[in-house]
Amino acid sequence: MNFALPDDIKALQESARKFAREVMRPKAAHYDEKSEFPKDIIRQAAELGLMNMTLPAAHGGNELPHLAQAVIAEELAWGCAGMATSMIANDLALLPIVLGATAEQKDKFLKPFTESFKLASFCLTEPGAGSDVAGMRTTARREGDFYVVNGQKQWITNGEYADQYTLFCTTDSTRKHKGIMCLVIEGRPKGLTVGKHENKMGQRASNTVTLTFEDVKVPVANRIGNEGEGFLLAMATLDNSRPLTAMFSVGIARAAMEHAIDYAKQRQQFGKPIAEFQAIQFMIADMAADIEASRLLTYKSAWLLDDGQRNTLVSSYAKRFAADMAMKATTDAVQIYGGYGYSREYPVEKLMRDAKLIQIYEGTSQVQRLVIARELLKG
Amino acid sequence: MPLKILVTAKRVEDSESKIKVNPAGTGIVLEGLKFKINPFDEIAIEEALRLTAKHGGEVVVVSIGGKEVVEQLRSPALAMGANRAIWVNHVGPMDQLGIAACLQKICEKEKPDLCILGKQAIDDDQGQVGSYLAEALGWSQATFASKEESLESEAEKSKAPAIKLSADGKSVTVVREVDGGLQTIEATLPAVATTELRLNQPRYASLPGIMKAKTKPLEEVTPASLGVDMTPHITVVKMTHPPARKAGIKVADVPALMDKLKNEARAI
Repeated sequence: MNFALPDDIKALQESARKFAREVMRPKAAHYDEKSEFPKDIIRQAAELGLMNMTLPAAHGGNELPHLAQAVIAEELAWGCAGMATSMIANDLALLPIVLGATAEQKDKFLKPFTESFKLASFCLTEPGAGSDVAGMRTTARREGDFYVVNGQKQWITNGEYADQYTLFCTTDSTRKHKGIMCLVIEGRPKGLTVGKHENKMGQRASNTVTLTFEDVKVPVANRIGNEGEGFLLAMATLDNSRPLTAMFSVGIARAAMEHAIDYAKQRQQFGKPIAEFQAIQFMIADMAADIEASRLLTYKSAWLLDDGQRNTLVSSYAKRFAADMAMKATTDAVQIYGGYGYSREYPVEKLMRDAKLIQIYEGTSQVQRLVIARELLKG
Repeated sequence: MPLKILVTAKRVEDSESKIKVNPAGTGIVLEGLKFKINPFDEIAIEEALRLTAKHGGEVVVVSIGGKEVVEQLRSPALAMGANRAIWVNHVGPMDQLGIAACLQKICEKEKPDLCILGKQAIDDDQGQVGSYLAEALGWSQATFASKEESLESEAEKSKAPAIKLSADGKSVTVVREVDGGLQTIEATLPAVATTELRLNQPRYASLPGIMKAKTKPLEEVTPASLGVDMTPHITVVKMTHPPARKAGIKVADVPALMDKLKNEARAI
């Protein structure tokens, strides 16, 4: 048992931290307010290797250990969770290809991402199918060497700017999860319409759109795995990405705690800094302990993957615990700031809005509890 | 003409850490401090990498200290792109003469065309090593290297080196920062240059760079193997914090304020 990060992971952490502090943080409020896509910052992150972390070395990628990815994810979210979500979106979209594609498909669909700046989107959720993934209605009908895709995808991160889409759709919606498969869509084929950018509560720097598919032709050669294997591929992808979203919570909460500490030391009430009042101290103490607990739980969920073990249970612990923790920590940070915390002039209300999304995306906190209970009660 | 450039990477306390003087007043409390590379050295590495990107060649980075300095040699120095590292393993007191002597011996063996050092380290602010080294080697020196263009300019964005190599490869042109302006000098090679803050904006160590740095060559030497006696000529006698600011006072009215400004502060 050893809790020290290896030197090379510490070096990666330092580099990501510097990037978050010097490049992301100073622009976070601007992109949050305007809800614009920070493409230049995302490009810079890609050039530094802070994106596409999962891509295999055999196909030109960096193939970082999951623990290293988790460490980087905390720093990126500390810089700006909205930007971080857009940065990690590539890994989420490319993971099904990493996990399920043939060598030939990997060369075709992964390698370009290691050679130049490209964005990819993971397309799973639908207007009527959120937590109920198997209830999806986007269909693919086989016609010779092509599938013809019809349907709609919702909340698609980076959808407006993506060069490639990883789409989950069904060949037979009556077969529920057994009908789902995964297709890679290159560029903007005829019949694919990108909807307007959503005006979100938080993580406003990340681009979020709907995609509409009307008789979109996709070559059969772009299918990852077989028909009917899509559901398992999506779930395996989420097992891999869950430690990263859990780590986003840690990054957001750490930012909230740091702001809260600085402010509590400087804000005077009743003739002394509010940091001297136990009511404030206890909130900060809880934040610190909960952040550390979330971080360690998430490290463990990443370590399991690096060790070749299934991490479904522990990664659900991590995502549930960390997401709820960040919501509480950011809410308390606003409380410590009082009226100022409620104002957009100060940084903590953004963190509270950003944290809320982590309880919702990539499996809600309730779905994580379901997964945990199922794992514990099965057999 | 390819250039061989020697640069330094001193490990210093992170300026974001809270620095406290120890109770004996002989040094600072090291416990709980974070460390990083001297930012002026980081600028020196960046300039060396830009020069070798343009002219070809090699960047060799040197650090002196215990095994912890290997951390700064690997990242950011090698991770940014330096080709190899030399670690002078020395634990214990040292001063600027000893440091310059180590660098001199390394230069005599490595025979670089140019040494680029930070103009000073942000920990003890001595600012002596670059000049000592040039003197010991009998090389030309160009201190406080800066540039005419701003750090937001196109020239900076294009990552062009600010230190310019002459067409015949026998000298470099360096823009120096002097009081109230800039001075351009030409220095014959080999030379020692020291970096000012406005020379360039150092790159970030990229993730593939950090991974590659793990396997780049790192040679360990000691002052003894270099034939250098590190016995310091300078010892720190005392360290103190700057005096704390005194609390302000309230004055009764404008005439009282005028009186204090005139007679106590002598501001008007």
